[in-house]
Amino acid sequence: VIVTTIAPVRTARGIAASVTDPEMPMLTLEDLGVLRDVQTVDERVVVTITPTYSGCPAMATMRDDLVHRLHDAGFADVEVRVSLHPAWSSDWITPRGRQALVDHGLSAPGPAPRHDGPVLLSLTPTRRALSCPRCGSSDVELTSEFGPTACKALYRCVACLEPFEHVKEI
Amino acid sequence: MAQHTPDPSHLPDHDSVYDGLLGGDDSQWAFGTDFEDPLAGVDTTVPEGVDRHDLAVYCLMLGDDALVMSHRLSQWCSNAPDLEEDIALANIALDLLGQARLLLARAAAADPSVVPVLPDGSPVPPEDALAYFRNDREFRNVRLVETENGDFAMTMVRLLLFSTWRLALFQRLASSRDHVLSAVAVKGVKEMTYHRDYAGRWFLTLARGTEESRRRLVVGLLATWPLQAELFTPHEAERAVADAGVGMDPSTVSDEVDVLLEQVFSMSGVDRPEASPLAGVRGETGRDGLHTEAFSRLLAEMQVVARAHPMGSW
Repeated sequence: VIVTTIAPVRTARGIAASVTDPEMPMLTLEDLGVLRDVQTVDERVVVTITPTYSGCPAMATMRDDLVHRLHDAGFADVEVRVSLHPAWSSDWITPRGRQALVDHGLSAPGPAPRHDGPVLLSLTPTRRALSCPRCGSSDVELTSEFGPTACKALYRCVACLEPFEHVKEI
Repeated sequence: MAQHTPDPSHLPDHDSVYDGLLGGDDSQWAFGTDFEDPLAGVDTTVPEGVDRHDLAVYCLMLGDDALVMSHRLSQWCSNAPDLEEDIALANIALDLLGQARLLLARAAAADPSVVPVLPDGSPVPPEDALAYFRNDREFRNVRLVETENGDFAMTMVRLLLFSTWRLALFQRLASSRDHVLSAVAVKGVKEMTYHRDYAGRWFLTLARGTEESRRRLVVGLLATWPLQAELFTPHEAERAVADAGVGMDPSTVSDEVDVLLEQVFSMSGVDRPEASPLAGVRGETGRDGLHTEAFSRLLAEMQVVARAHPMGSW
């Protein structure tokens, strides 16, 4: 039997890349940057993912979704590995993912902070140059650095008065 | 198309009346239905020259700190001053619970002998056995995290002291020779930067707020301060892992933490307390498994359901 090894790799990667995040279903795992690697070793597909936050409760669902989708596509032997290093950064959200966030009324993260040396204490509210994903106004205010999921902050647009969620820089 | 309406005659088709809500697609639910090993697929080889038991005990110390602090913070759920703070405290509790899971699982992988023995065939994973089936004397957390929450001001004081210390520690642990500890630390630094800023801002806000908010803050600070010294007192196990290049002697972060806290105190116009440290019993404190009375009540509540069902699958 002649089987090219390249085609199945692409297919497995393509399938894994199209699985969506359970908490932000407008993003694929690839666009969110949590899909780190897809390898086929003999008949086995090994997918590596990384958590966004240590307590991310969606990891088990991501794992199950990846396994189910790959099984459905005919890959019988699927293993999902978790990689803790390097730690996920919001910088890994792709341009397409950022656009998807905005299209769905969320604000995309700016550049993640870089720490060379001790992390500085900041006693004043974080200043971010954001615009409201609904009306585009830059007159927005932070209501909380913590939101409905671990990765989001809460904002309110002063112009249109709508609240919105901002994916935090980390 | 006809709207689906609940009809008792259809119930036998489902295991639960709620199954219909899923629409056949359970991927929309964010939470997995079962616990997964948080270290599945992670290389847990113990670095050469490191004593497995010392590493496990050290991971229990850092894991128990996070677990107990997380539990205390989660007691604020539905009780915080407003919805935003409720969500903030729950988020911080969730981050710490994630750190606790990784660290307890790491302890169990390094030295399985630290995990309580459960009846044959029990499906309880090692991280849960450690969280729910150890007695108070087997917990290695500092006493700072276990005392009652008090009011919101006291909770902010504790969170500031805890996250300032732990963030300083984790920045150094990032270079641990143990790959799991190093990865947990790097991730934890990112998360705890938000926790420390949150607590610091509230400290400042309460100090500069009303007479009453400032009074409560100072009362909280004076009550919490005696538990602070314990954070920097190295235990034998911490010294051992520090010597082996996998852990940190906590006394090495005391200067940095002092400077940071001084920054908050001076901006807030609050004097640094001078209260002496809470004594241990015959020199033993939280790291030795010697805890306060409040901790026994906390454990009783946290563990009661799991202990009633050692064969339970969750």
